[in-house]
Amino acid sequence: MTSPSFDTIVDGLSEVDCDVLVIGGGTAGPMAALKAKQKNPKAKVILLEKANVKRSGAISMGMDGLNNAVIPGYATPEQYVKEITIANDGIVDQKAVLKYAQNCYSIIEELDSFGIRFQKNENGDFDVKKVHHIGTYVLPMPNGETVKKALYRQLRRAQMLISNRYMATRLLTGKSGRIAGAIAVNTRTAEFLVIKAKAVILCMGAAGRLGLPTSGYMFGTYENAANSGDGYAMAYHAGAKLANLECFQINPLIKDYNGPACAYVAGPFGAYTANNEGKRFIECDYWSGQMMLEFFNELQSGKGPVFLKLNHLHSDTVGEIETILHTVERPTRGLFHENRKTDYRKDMVEMHISEIGFCSGHSASGVFVDDFARTTIPGLYAAGDMASVPHNYMLGAFTNGAVAGEDAAEFALNHDFEAFDAADVKLEQARVLAPTKREDGIPPNQIEYKTRRLVNDYFQPPKVTRKFELGQARLAEVREDMENNMVVTNAHELMRALEATSILDCADMAAHASLYRAESRWGLYHLRTDHPDKDNENWFCHTLLSKQDGKMTSEKKAVDPYVVPVAEEEKDLYDKQRIRASA
Amino acid sequence: MPFAHSPSAVPVVVDDAKCIAEKGCRVCIDVCPLDVLRLSDETGKAYMAYDECWYCMPCEADCPTGAVKVNIPYLLK
Ligand SMILES: Cc1cc2nc3c(=O)[nH]c(=O)nc-3n(C[C@H](O)[C@H](O)[C@H](O)COP(=O)(O)OP(=O)(O)OC[C@H]3O[C@@H](n4cnc5c(N)ncnc54)[C@H](O)[C@@H]3O)c2cc1C
Ligand code: SF4
Ligand code: SF4
Repeated sequence: MTSPSFDTIVDGLSEVDCDVLVIGGGTAGPMAALKAKQKNPKAKVILLEKANVKRSGAISMGMDGLNNAVIPGYATPEQYVKEITIANDGIVDQKAVLKYAQNCYSIIEELDSFGIRFQKNENGDFDVKKVHHIGTYVLPMPNGETVKKALYRQLRRAQMLISNRYMATRLLTGKSGRIAGAIAVNTRTAEFLVIKAKAVILCMGAAGRLGLPTSGYMFGTYENAANSGDGYAMAYHAGAKLANLECFQINPLIKDYNGPACAYVAGPFGAYTANNEGKRFIECDYWSGQMMLEFFNELQSGKGPVFLKLNHLHSDTVGEIETILHTVERPTRGLFHENRKTDYRKDMVEMHISEIGFCSGHSASGVFVDDFARTTIPGLYAAGDMASVPHNYMLGAFTNGAVAGEDAAEFALNHDFEAFDAADVKLEQARVLAPTKREDGIPPNQIEYKTRRLVNDYFQPPKVTRKFELGQARLAEVREDMENNMVVTNAHELMRALEATSILDCADMAAHASLYRAESRWGLYHLRTDHPDKDNENWFCHTLLSKQDGKMTSEKKAVDPYVVPVAEEEKDLYDKQRIRASA
Repeated sequence: MPFAHSPSAVPVVVDDAKCIAEKGCRVCIDVCPLDVLRLSDETGKAYMAYDECWYCMPCEADCPTGAVKVNIPYLLK
C-alpha cells in the first residue's frame, strides 16, 4: 500500500558530534537549543526531533494561554511557590519552583519579542485571570495559534542544526558515569545516528500514551501522541533517577474527544464544572489531584456525568469563548461539537476522567532535576513535561528549557567528550532491529494495546495492591512477547515498536512507584485503597526510582527545607475543594 | 501467527483534484506529528496511510491548496 520510497528499512549508521544535543523539539527543546547557542555562539548545538520541529509537541497548533504566569502586580514568586507547594501536598523542591517563578516573567517578555502576544487590559497591563485556588496566574494569548511558528522563526534565524524524523532510543554514558551522547533511529528508514555530545538535554514531553483512551483509538490521547514516554525510559536505562512517578497525571477532559474542556479559558468568563443537576460541586477548576478526587467522587455518587457548564452565559460571551476554544489549541473541537449538535448556549459539555500518564507539566511525575535542570547524571539535563518541576505547563517548559540550555552550554565548555563503549552501540542496534529480523510474531500495535489495556484495568486509581500485583504479572508476560516475538515489516512500524518498549517500561515504573509509596497522597493521583490515609510521618518525602544493578529500585528522598514557609493552617487548602453542603 | 488486516475508516481525506504533490509538494507529509501521511503509488497524491491520528490539524492548516480535510475519527465522533 505505502510507496516503496517510504518506510523501507535501510541498513546504515552515521556518527556526528556536537557540544550540546537537545532531544525533542516541541516546547522546551527549541528554547533550550536557542539559549545554549546564545550562551556560547561557537557551540555546536543539535536539535533532534522524532517528528518535525515545525509542528511538533503539545503546542503543535497553538496554545490558549499561559497557565502559570507570575506577573508583577498580580503575584509574587513567593506566592506562586506557596500555591504550588500546597497544590502538590507539600512534596516539592521549592528551590526549583522559586527559580522558575523568578525567571518566567523575563521569558514572557522574550516570547513577546518573538511576536507572541499576551492579553492586555484597557490600561495596557497584562490581563491575568484567577483560576488557581488562591492566586492569579492565567494569562490568555490572543494569537496563541502562532506560538510554534514564532519559535521556528527564531530557530531559523539562529541557523539551528535540526534533525527531524530521528527518534532517540538510548543515551550513551561513559565509564565515569558522565553523559557521552545518544543513539537515534530514522523513523522512515531505520538508519542509525550516533550523536556524541558533551551535554544532552532531554525535552521529550510527557508519557502520554500510557493509559488507553476509552474511545478505542490508541492515538486519541490528551497529550500529543508522539510523546510515548521515550524520555522517561531513556533516562531510566541510563541510570538517572525519576521522581514521584506514582503522582500520575489524570485530567478532566471532554468525553470521547479527550481534549481539555478548558475551564481555564471559560472559567474566567463565568463557566464552571457542574454535576448532572447543573450544580457546582468544586470550589476551583484548577487541575490538582484533590480536584480530580472530587470529580471522581461526584461520578461515583450518582450525580454524574460531570459537565462544563456555559449555557447560563450571555450569547456574546459564549461566542467569544467559542472563538478561542475552536480555533487555537485543539481546533478540531468545534467540528466535534458540530457533529453532535452541541451548542454551548443550550447544552452542557459532557466530561470524563482521562487515562493515566506521567507528566510534571500538569502533575509532578518526572525525571528528577535540580534548580539548574540537572538530572542525577553529570552532563544530562531535562526540561518541560518530563522533568520533575511540578505543575510547570508551557511557560515552565520554556523557562526551564532556557535554564537547561544555558547551563548545558557552560558544562560543554568545561568538559571534553566522554568516551563510551562501542559495544553499547552494537547492543542497541541489535535491540532495535530485532523485530525486523523476524518473519512472524506479534505486531507492535497489539503489544502496545495489550500493555495499555492492562494499565487501565489494573493501574488506574483507586490503586488496589492486589490488582497492581496482577497487572505486573501480566505485563511481564507481555514483555516476554515483546522481547522475543514482536515483528515489524517497515520503518514506520519499527518506530511504533520502539515506542511500545518505552510504554511498557513506563507501565512497569508506574506500578513499581505506586506500590512503593505506602500511603495516599495527591487526591486521586495516588489514592491507595489499602493505605487510605496521608502518612506525613513516614511519607513526607519524594520517592526516587532508578535502575540499580539492572533492577528497578525505589528510595526516599527528603524534601529540602522550604525557602518559602507555609503556615500550618494553609497546608490543606487544596483539600477543601468540595463546595460545602448548600443549605 | 498469520496476520489479518481489518479495515478502518481513516479521518483524514485528501482531495486528489486539489493536491499538487506532482509538483513536489510534501507539506502535509512533512508536518504531521504522527507521520501517518504518505504519497500514494497509484495516484501520486497524498493520503492517510496509517490510522494513527491525533486529529490535531497541521496537515489541513498548512496545505497550500486546501486539499486536506481532517474529520473526527469515527469511533469518537
Ligand atoms: C492539549 C493540551 C493543551 C494544553 N494547554 C495548555 C495551556 O493552555 N497553557 C499552558 O500553559 N499549558 C498547556 N498545556 C501544557 C503544555 O503544552 C506543556 O506543558 C508543554 O508544551 C510541554 O512542553 P515539552 O517541551 O515538555 O513537550 P512537547 O512540547 O510535547 O515536546 C516534546 C517533543 O519531544 C518529541 N519527542 C518525543 N519522543 C522523542 C524521541 N524519542 N526522540 C526525539 N523526539 C522525541 C515530540 O515529538 C515532541 O515534539 C497543554 C497541553 C496539552 C497536551
Ligand atoms: S500539502 Fe496539500 S498539496 Fe501538498 S501534498 Fe499534502 S495534500 Fe497535496
Ligand atoms: S490531523 Fe494531525 S495527526 Fe492527523 S494526519 Fe493531520 S497532522 Fe497528522
